[in-house]
Amino acid sequence: MLLTSLVVFGLFAFLVQQFVGPDNPLTRFLNEDANRLDWDAFRGLVVSGLSQGSMYGLIALGYSMVYGVLGFINFAHGEVFMVGAMTGLITSNKLFEAGVWEDAFIVAILVAVLVSIICATLTAVVMERIAYRPLRGAPRLIPLITSIGVSFFIQNTSALLLGPGAKRYPQLPSWMTDRYGPSWLQIEGQKILVVLVAAAAMAGLWYLVEQTKTGKAMRAVAEDKEIASLMGIDVDRTIVTTFAIGGAMAGVAGILWGILFGSVTEFTGFLPGIKAFSAAVVGGIGNLGGAMAGGLTLGGSESLAPQLILEPLGVSGHTQLKDAVAFLVLIYVLLVKPTGLFGERLSSEDRA
Amino acid sequence: MNDAPHFGPARSAFDQDWRKVVRYGLVLGFTLVFISLTGMPDGLNGRVIVEPWLSMGYLSLLWVPLAVGFAVTYEPVLEGMVQAKPGGRELVAGAAVGLIGGLCLSLLVYLLDSRDLSDPLVNWNQALLDLLTRNGSVADGVVLWTVAATALGFLGGLMRLLPPIVLRVVRAVLVTVIGAAAVESLIDDLSEEFKLEGVVKWLYHPLGGLEPKGAIALAIVAAVFVLWLGGQVKKGTAVFNTAREARPIAVNSVSVVAVAFAAIVLPMFLGRLTNDLLVNVGLFVLLALGLNIVVGLAGILDLGYVAFYAVGGYTIAILTSPTSPGLTPAYPFWLAIFIVVGMATLAGLFIGAPVIRMRGDYLAIVTLGFGEIIRLTVRSDWASGLTGGAQGVLSVPGPDLHIGGWTLPLVGWTFPKLEVDLMGTNPQHILYVVMFFVAIAIYVSWRLENSRIGRAWMAVREDESVAEAMGINTVNAKLQAFVTGAILASFAGAVFAAKVGSVFESSFKILVSIVILVIVIVGGMGRIAGVIAGAFVLVGILGGPNQPGLMAEFSEYKLLIYGALLVWMMLKRPEGLIPNVRRSRELHLDEFLQDAWLRGEVDRDEAEAEAEVDPEAWAPPEGNDGLAPA
Amino acid sequence: MKLSRKLLMLLAVLLSFSLIAAACGDDDDTSAGDDAGDDAGDDGGDDGGDDAGDDAGDDMAEDDGTADGGDDMAEDDGGDMDHLGDGSLGTVTVEPGSEVQIRSLNAITGDVAFLGIPNQAGIELAVSHYGDIHGFGVTSGEGLDDLCSAEGGQAAAQQIVADEQVVGVIGTSCSGAAASAAPLISDAGLVMISGSNTSPSLTSDLQGNANESYRPGYYRTAHNDLFQGAAMADFVYNVLELTTAAAIHDGDPYTQGLSQAFMDAFVALGGENAGFTSVAKGDTDMVPVLTEVAGNSPQALFFPIFPPEGNFIAAQAPGVSGLENTQLLAADGLLVDNFMEDPASEGMYMSGPDVRFGENVNESTGENAADVLAEYNSVVGEPPSAAFWGHSYDATAMLLDAVSAASYVDADGNLIIDRAGIREYLNGLTGYSGLIGTINCDDFGDCGSQKITIVHHEDSSDIEAGKANVAFEFAPA
Repeated sequence: MLLTSLVVFGLFAFLVQQFVGPDNPLTRFLNEDANRLDWDAFRGLVVSGLSQGSMYGLIALGYSMVYGVLGFINFAHGEVFMVGAMTGLITSNKLFEAGVWEDAFIVAILVAVLVSIICATLTAVVMERIAYRPLRGAPRLIPLITSIGVSFFIQNTSALLLGPGAKRYPQLPSWMTDRYGPSWLQIEGQKILVVLVAAAAMAGLWYLVEQTKTGKAMRAVAEDKEIASLMGIDVDRTIVTTFAIGGAMAGVAGILWGILFGSVTEFTGFLPGIKAFSAAVVGGIGNLGGAMAGGLTLGGSESLAPQLILEPLGVSGHTQLKDAVAFLVLIYVLLVKPTGLFGERLSSEDRA
Repeated sequence: MNDAPHFGPARSAFDQDWRKVVRYGLVLGFTLVFISLTGMPDGLNGRVIVEPWLSMGYLSLLWVPLAVGFAVTYEPVLEGMVQAKPGGRELVAGAAVGLIGGLCLSLLVYLLDSRDLSDPLVNWNQALLDLLTRNGSVADGVVLWTVAATALGFLGGLMRLLPPIVLRVVRAVLVTVIGAAAVESLIDDLSEEFKLEGVVKWLYHPLGGLEPKGAIALAIVAAVFVLWLGGQVKKGTAVFNTAREARPIAVNSVSVVAVAFAAIVLPMFLGRLTNDLLVNVGLFVLLALGLNIVVGLAGILDLGYVAFYAVGGYTIAILTSPTSPGLTPAYPFWLAIFIVVGMATLAGLFIGAPVIRMRGDYLAIVTLGFGEIIRLTVRSDWASGLTGGAQGVLSVPGPDLHIGGWTLPLVGWTFPKLEVDLMGTNPQHILYVVMFFVAIAIYVSWRLENSRIGRAWMAVREDESVAEAMGINTVNAKLQAFVTGAILASFAGAVFAAKVGSVFESSFKILVSIVILVIVIVGGMGRIAGVIAGAFVLVGILGGPNQPGLMAEFSEYKLLIYGALLVWMMLKRPEGLIPNVRRSRELHLDEFLQDAWLRGEVDRDEAEAEAEVDPEAWAPPEGNDGLAPA
Repeated sequence: MKLSRKLLMLLAVLLSFSLIAAACGDDDDTSAGDDAGDDAGDDGGDDGGDDAGDDAGDDMAEDDGTADGGDDMAEDDGGDMDHLGDGSLGTVTVEPGSEVQIRSLNAITGDVAFLGIPNQAGIELAVSHYGDIHGFGVTSGEGLDDLCSAEGGQAAAQQIVADEQVVGVIGTSCSGAAASAAPLISDAGLVMISGSNTSPSLTSDLQGNANESYRPGYYRTAHNDLFQGAAMADFVYNVLELTTAAAIHDGDPYTQGLSQAFMDAFVALGGENAGFTSVAKGDTDMVPVLTEVAGNSPQALFFPIFPPEGNFIAAQAPGVSGLENTQLLAADGLLVDNFMEDPASEGMYMSGPDVRFGENVNESTGENAADVLAEYNSVVGEPPSAAFWGHSYDATAMLLDAVSAASYVDADGNLIIDRAGIREYLNGLTGYSGLIGTINCDDFGDCGSQKITIVHHEDSSDIEAGKANVAFEFAPA
């Protein structure tokens, strides 16, 4: 609700700026020097917010699915995403050295996506097997604490095995970085790609969960593990599948990250992971559409709110508080609507 | 809990569960390769344990086959079942596992020599190859690791065959020798003050590490201690415990006085480095005791605990530093500390009030968010007028104590003046300050644990709905825990600022929250002694988030080790190193009841029913949200 | 009480030895007695005297007179002991066969190891080139780690001051670590010379006022960032003739300080501040922050930060409306291969210390810069990952020169180093020629050559050309 009002307020402030001019009480609420935000800047912020948000959404799917099935926050899911981005990077660099990247970019990127998905999925599955399966049935906070440990372990493993610091993806071909669209809506190719892939992944996942037998099994396990197993569903296998699908989504997100930003460090997974979890909660955890919507909301508000709300309030250096805004959105949503924007599907078990 | 197992005849040496052996062998091999590629053997090679026999680098590989060899031969002891006597079977299993692991490492040696994978793997280099082959050929390396791993695996299996007293001696010898090498700098520091340089010179090699003769001497001392004095110590403890039961107040006050006396006298005899280390440990004891109240007693998983540490640090810095931007009152430390308490309470209420109603795991993320919000705000240019932004607050003075000197107006009597210059940079001074606050924290934790509010917290931790039904105001109880924890953390922050003399936002990263959590978990949640021990072991030896510990070489690997330790503790020993008896029974309730039932002591249902009312074996009802098993 | 108990005890022991020597020696006064007596008398002050009296008095009370005589003699002989220092900070005695102890304190692990490792290597090379001091070898011990944090700097400093044989420190790498290490080092009477601290807060405002973190005994061969900021501002305003500029830092004390120095200098020249903000370490989406500064359409954007955030800004800035034609500028944090290989960095100007050392010769070691660099490459196995190896090399040579000037060998063959003399030497150091150029120390420890260059980076496939393509030079008058 607050979010809606925030967005409405932001848009309203923007429109006022456009039609009334910069000297209006909203833009200059407390800050005499506030800047007028023109259409180009506004579009830039929206597009970057949406592409960042789609990435949050993709990662959030993994959180949401695991939470739906097992009822705990897999804190280490952000690291699965990092593993995806990192292995994608290694593959891309190897392909670049072999010349494939420049000669046949499409082939190269598909190979990288494949490797990234495989490694991320493997990480997620191994993680489940070693760290979480023995804890099935333990009180909720125990697997949560375990996952914090797993997260640290993976982060530092990456730093020690592959060396700390930022690593760069090879240069993208120019048609990826060019801008497309009508003259009033010029968007970089890579951002379009990110949003499209996110939408496609989302649709595929929806089909899988809602329309296939595996999906049905997953939903059954999420409802009640014991009854599901009585109905002939292999609970262990379903849980592994859930982790694997979440991992694959994180792998896709990882390679998109590489395409969008071109750089990966061992900490790449940490903050986006937390933000993605926030996105899952904002959207209503356990709800796939909600995860994506939450990701977009969070990415958008992070991108727009400092400029539209903090600057008129006279906060200097307002984009420094970008992450603070994201967390404030999370806190506010949880206070006002603890089930999230679209979260109706919490079974009584989860509400304890 | 069990009586000695009943052994039957030993099984044949080749009657093995081969799948298990292969699995463990591969796990061992993977672990060895992993450790090699993290660079640990090479990075730790500079730390010598016994010159020239053994360095920490080799030890980082050698302990694994021993441990896995021991683990693979584990047989669950089933009450009422006759167990096979350990024998050749254990030895063969251990050796086989070691062999497989050794072959994996040999494969790595071979590949290191023939392939170049240094592009993604930074530690794939000549240094590692030289270390693994001891500067010899590949064949040397292969032979060395195959033989060494097999032998160690065999020894691991052999440990099952040894009588317990021998095992105890072996363990004591290993711990003493490795420990003595690990704390070398500490011993050096101590020896100077106690005039024992001669002994130290004899024990240690001038370039670091124990001399072989020193190691042997220490081993003999350790063995003697276990064999003869071990029993005496046990007797002494027993006498102490009976005395305590008989006259608790007298014995307790005597021990408190003794500990206090030691705490006051000891720092005078310790060197600068030891005192500095103890200050770091003390700060984390303080933080961990605070978090222990929040997580261990009230069951609120607070991942933004560092926020209160920051509040304490920045409040003291801003109020006492003469050069802090914005506010420059330059109050004395001991006046400002009262304002710190106020600020921490406010921050606790401000953060706690909105989040305290949330579910456990949501609360964890939201507190994490609050921690980040506070850090980001402190750092931003917006707040830099008060907090210095990126430049931090500099020139924070030490906690000098200047009181008295006032004259009563009518009587004309002057209070005696007390001036103690406690320099922040002098570890001995700051150690007294830290101990003062730690004493407060221990007292508060101890009093609260056994008070009405402490029991309310535990009830909330076990089951909120039931607690509420019992008439506990759960929101109030949780807020109280939250604020108490916040105040203790702010004390730590205040002392930290005075110690370092400056505060920067980078000292208050989320990593600090996690490290404190690891200390609480590893030490034993809900148990004061456990938390203190956890801080000593982790911060003292491995080091804190930004502080080096005794083993400074570990600084690159400590976070990896923290992560692995957290997972391992949660999987294998969720009650911590020094468990709280009650919590431990909760966590292992099933085993406990099963054992009792098998022994025929109790009817199982009855035991469960009993456990639910007996506070010593508190069985949590189903469907709770706390830390107890559902 | 400046001197610790242990030193006093050492002095007391020395005094008692001197008494024995005086008692058992021949009629002619032995120098040993002179020196030790001199030390105890001068350095120990009242406490030293008391302790020495207690210790020595029990055994040989009857020799007190002789000891006093020794003391007098020392004053007579003082002229022969040609060294700097009045003993006010105590002395260090190096016994024959031992080495002069200095320490290196750098960020050698973690994210900033790229900065600390060249410093460390520079120190080690300088120690090996320098040779002996009055016949005594020199060692820098095992390199200590400042962890690039206030806590890390303090912990390492505690370790240094706990060892009374140490006469000086080369470090730290990071200014935040120096702020907490300098007070300890200074109070212990030691000196600390950094090859890479650039924060203005550690020395002075260049107008003759000490800043809050300045402590006596702190020196640096790296430039003061006030100079780098001024150089960049001068270049932007006067050479590029741009009048509006924005700056972005990353919340690190170094980047914030440099951005601030730039903006202050730029505004002082008459330029307009078009925005001053920061990103956070770990940020990737820079569009919001760029949009913030784009509001005033700055002609120049200065972001003296590090990879990968710097890469993101360079890559995303051209796409933000209002910044299409903005000139991007950075500092030495981005003067690294990782960034310069990125095509997004083409066309940028980057400031940094002048590293065109050419054939500069360090007057103490006699080595020239090209040879040292070649040796560096062969020892470390790769070219320096940061610019300050030469600064650390010179810092080490200066320290060892100072030790040499402040020490003498007594009759027993001990090397006596006067700590106050080391500071005296460094305070008065002018015209020292080092690898980095001519070094002059001001009153607040700024010893660097303060030469700044701004390079124009035009081709991401040839980064060495970019590093060498100097577009602007700055040297303070």
